[in-house]
Amino acid sequence: MGKSYKCHKIAGGKVSGEVLFSKDPLCFYLIEPKSGIVIEKEHCLYGKCITGKIIVFPYGKASSVVQADGMYQLKLSGMGPAGMVVENADTTLAASAIIFELPMANKAESTFYKEVHDGEQAVLDTEKGEIILI
Amino acid sequence: MKFTAEEQAMMDGRYGVGTQLAMRVLAAIGEAYDAPYMVPVTRTHVALSNQEADLWFAEKLVEGGAKCKIRPTVNPSFNWKEFHTITTLDNEDEAIVKRTHVAYNKLGAIMTYDCTPYLERNVPRFGEILSFSESSATPFVNSVYGARSNRESAQSALCSAITGVTPYYGFLLRENRAGNVLVHIEADMKDDFDYQMLGYLVPRKTGFAVPVFEGIMNPSKEALMNLGAQLNTGGNVALYHIIGFTPEARTLEEAFQGKQPQREVTVTRAELTAMREEISAPAGKIDFALYGCPHFTIDQVAVIAGLVKDKTLAVPLFIMTSSLTRNLAQKMGYMEILRQAGGRIVEDTCMDQPCWKFLYGKKGITDSPKCAYYTKRREMQFVIAPLEASVKAALKGRY
Repeated sequence: MGKSYKCHKIAGGKVSGEVLFSKDPLCFYLIEPKSGIVIEKEHCLYGKCITGKIIVFPYGKASSVVQADGMYQLKLSGMGPAGMVVENADTTLAASAIIFELPMANKAESTFYKEVHDGEQAVLDTEKGEIILI
Repeated sequence: MKFTAEEQAMMDGRYGVGTQLAMRVLAAIGEAYDAPYMVPVTRTHVALSNQEADLWFAEKLVEGGAKCKIRPTVNPSFNWKEFHTITTLDNEDEAIVKRTHVAYNKLGAIMTYDCTPYLERNVPRFGEILSFSESSATPFVNSVYGARSNRESAQSALCSAITGVTPYYGFLLRENRAGNVLVHIEADMKDDFDYQMLGYLVPRKTGFAVPVFEGIMNPSKEALMNLGAQLNTGGNVALYHIIGFTPEARTLEEAFQGKQPQREVTVTRAELTAMREEISAPAGKIDFALYGCPHFTIDQVAVIAGLVKDKTLAVPLFIMTSSLTRNLAQKMGYMEILRQAGGRIVEDTCMDQPCWKFLYGKKGITDSPKCAYYTKRREMQFVIAPLEASVKAALKGRY
């Protein structure tokens, strides 16, 4: 086990996956459910696949309906992310993560953002409030 | 979290598994935000969508015997009866609309099918605690009326409708309602369309924050509707203030609750123009015009009727409104003017619904970036233009 970083639980669960950072807020509805690929042209993750990843992004954006539906469809297709780490946990995203049981954390310590990069493997254990590099 | 005896009874399942599920979801949200306890809500609005997730959750609550304690108004789906006269509907699409209707009816929702409940049927007073979902509704009730709601998801709002409570955190607390970023509006805000672009642009500059606008004079209700809707398409803004206009911002000091702004940004006319160029499809031939995202008011319907009176539209034109507005349009003769020109008003309908399949692959015109944003999933392209100019384009068939 590698270095660990503290975080705060929003939605419970323990998952592992590759870390993927996004500087832009994320709308789950504009992720194609069949492929897990971001289809929003103006987005920094445009064309990238979020399947099985621990996605790290600032906050969720867009309507109070589409986050839940986007997440639900990704869950059904099995192409969803493994978990989420956000800077600002907005209610819409948090409620969706709780209902659709997608592990989600906020308040990751600042060293996490400085030291961890795209492509590293990590375990997100929100119950313990930890992100551990593998 | 501390629960009252009644809340604990809901948690324990004494009101059935549906209410228990609703309470458990709210408790988990409360825990995530370190809320000390729940508070009663006096109004709720649920962004019904009849998308799969919506139906799945609503039916789960129905099966668990849940009933709404604070009956919510609900968002539009699509009016299948009306669409039978416009296009051929897929059986599965019609079926999901009907199933959703049955589920929400059983839960005890008020079936308004309108995304502007804050203008009719569900209007709060200052300081009232609410649970409102719907991207144009939450900022409107928070900012324009000074009521208090977090930016609920459709599901969390439904949980509050059932239990009658919401966790006490976030925008329910006065101290979290202070402005964060001061936004100087240097652009002259000429019409309601400018607020569409302002709303879509501002989150890029302010991020996850409460923006405070300085330099906006007497915006119309439509301008405020547009501003809220687009702030929550381009970003995530549950609350904003306008100095000298909204109730919690009579002065700059009040808007920031005596604190200094974290940052100051400006918005110029050139930026609003550039924003539109970035998100609009290129000018040229158009195949249809679509309005009402959010639902049009009677005043907006009147503008279109005035422009098309005694003329013939080159392309089909649709206006989405509440059933109350449509009824009014009929009484006032606007429906007949529109019908003669080749346009129509559809009630209870949202643009993000499968009833518009007959327009897929085509290029439309609209005044709303939100309308254009969600249809990325539905192979529709939109030129985004001010209302009057877009109606004139619909008369010619090109922009």
